Amino acid sequence: MSTTALPAVYVPVPRRASGFRRWTEREDVFSWLMIIPPVLFLLLLVGYPLVYGVWLSLEDRPVARAGTFVGLANFIADARDPVFWQVVQNTFVYTSAATILKMVGGLGLALVMNQDFKFKNTVRALMLLPFIVPTVLSTIAWMWILDPAFAPVNWFLRNLHIADPGPSWLGNRHLAMMSLIIVNVWRGLPFYGITLLAGLQTISPELYEAATIDGASTWDRFVYVTLPLLKPVIYIVTMFSVIFTFADFQLVYVLTRGGPANATHLFATYAFDLAMGGGQLGLGASVALAMLPPLALIIIAMSLYMKPNKP
Amino acid sequence: MMVERGGWRVKTIRLWLPLGVYMIFTLFPFYWMAVTSLKPNGELYNRKIMPLLVYHPTFKHYVDLLTETNFLVWTWNTFLVSVTSTAISLVFGVMLAYPLARMRFAGSALIAFGVAATYLVPQPLLFIPLADIITRLGLNDTLTSVILTYPTLLIPFCAWLLMGYFRSVPHELEDAARIDGATRLQTMFKVFLPLCTPGFISAGIFAFTLAQNEFLYALIFLTQTDVRTVPVGAIAELVKGDVFYWGQLMAAALLGSVPVAIIYSFFVEHYVAGLTAGAVKQ
Repeated sequence: MSTTALPAVYVPVPRRASGFRRWTEREDVFSWLMIIPPVLFLLLLVGYPLVYGVWLSLEDRPVARAGTFVGLANFIADARDPVFWQVVQNTFVYTSAATILKMVGGLGLALVMNQDFKFKNTVRALMLLPFIVPTVLSTIAWMWILDPAFAPVNWFLRNLHIADPGPSWLGNRHLAMMSLIIVNVWRGLPFYGITLLAGLQTISPELYEAATIDGASTWDRFVYVTLPLLKPVIYIVTMFSVIFTFADFQLVYVLTRGGPANATHLFATYAFDLAMGGGQLGLGASVALAMLPPLALIIIAMSLYMKPNKP
Repeated sequence: MMVERGGWRVKTIRLWLPLGVYMIFTLFPFYWMAVTSLKPNGELYNRKIMPLLVYHPTFKHYVDLLTETNFLVWTWNTFLVSVTSTAISLVFGVMLAYPLARMRFAGSALIAFGVAATYLVPQPLLFIPLADIITRLGLNDTLTSVILTYPTLLIPFCAWLLMGYFRSVPHELEDAARIDGATRLQTMFKVFLPLCTPGFISAGIFAFTLAQNEFLYALIFLTQTDVRTVPVGAIAELVKGDVFYWGQLMAAALLGSVPVAIIYSFFVEHYVAGLTAGAVKQ
């Protein structure tokens, strides 16, 4: 690709500039010139904050005042804080329950959608709505669906004489966590469903035909043909989903603000409360950073168990 | 597709029943937004009547939302911020993706890894230090604060998606242009990029949706009503203490969702392509 000898006929450039020109036309120089501006941008606004966050976590740092270096004191404070351990537990419950439900439900959805039927494209477009509509806005709607007094859920419970006045969905610690998981699944299922559907469509029908001729039942075909071939897609989708569920903020902030009694606080909302509500930037940064080791562990574990073997 | 055995009964159990149940679950919140936003307060807060229907529909909540709150300002802010940050992200995304996908140079593997890693950095890890940085820069309560920070979420995604797309374009046209004496920059702009319009639409529509959806940075950086975006405005100003203005909230939720839904409906295929690009590439 080093055809850099340019005939002057095509590009009339003064001779003096040709040295510089030849330099910028080199593949590596051109590449780096292209790449440097976005890389600088990302270093300034992602790399620097990341490092600065680590520094903050080692400081006692009230808002709008200079911090003092305190070493690991914030992390020790976290370890002694019962709310912190509650947060850890909540995050694990929330992430694992929501991920499993989305994985199983999404697989079911993809299998159902992988049949021929009328209006398939319309159905698929409607199905994705929860994923594209701003989360905060749809979560507000969910909050109102779960309203104990005026919402449809409890109206049905009352009128079918199951419960009167009906539970306080966001006021009870277990129900609040369950509600959060349901809303998370509602929002995330389309991503699983549509991506797995795209994965299903790459599987050649001939494989199923061959399996059928060999006497495989529907279940056999699913276990021995569909699942192994879908594994790489499931792996990537789940990894994304785990990271973003683990670090979720919006749903909790809108629905429960971490309540009742911290029963639904996640790392992000607790860090937010400490830093923005309590003005303790250092302590908040330490809680946010504490999210990394468990998340890394989950990702490594997932890679070991689920990563498709390279052919 | 395999030959389906059995008639409509099998089809009902296998297809329409699960699909129907799921669609009701999926679409109900939107129905509930619409119904609530049309109810007069007398119906809204009446425990006795069946809540799924409107008996005396009214546009009062919409009128109140548009006249008594800054909803139109928030909508404009959201639009402005989303479009600007999407544009910045596409430009930077191309600058990263073009060399990474089409050229060979020392360090490219490192940069590619860095881009992927940046995409996976959870936002909650950055908001506390960023809040401090934005304050020191004096950018609190300016749209610039979010226009600068949203691209950090969007660029890695755009670059990644565009890299996949760029790799699928054959080399012949570029080679021909180079042999004809075009510079690398000319080749890129006049020959290569015009071939990639579908990739730009996919990345653009996806980035736009993500920008509309962003909440955490907007919540922290934008505290004045005239710079807020729709999600933050709705949460901060339609909820006063313990009082929820449900009619207006639902009207805002519906109106706030409409622009994204309309744009999305024109580009569903591109959106799906963007959604599945990372996972299904073989």
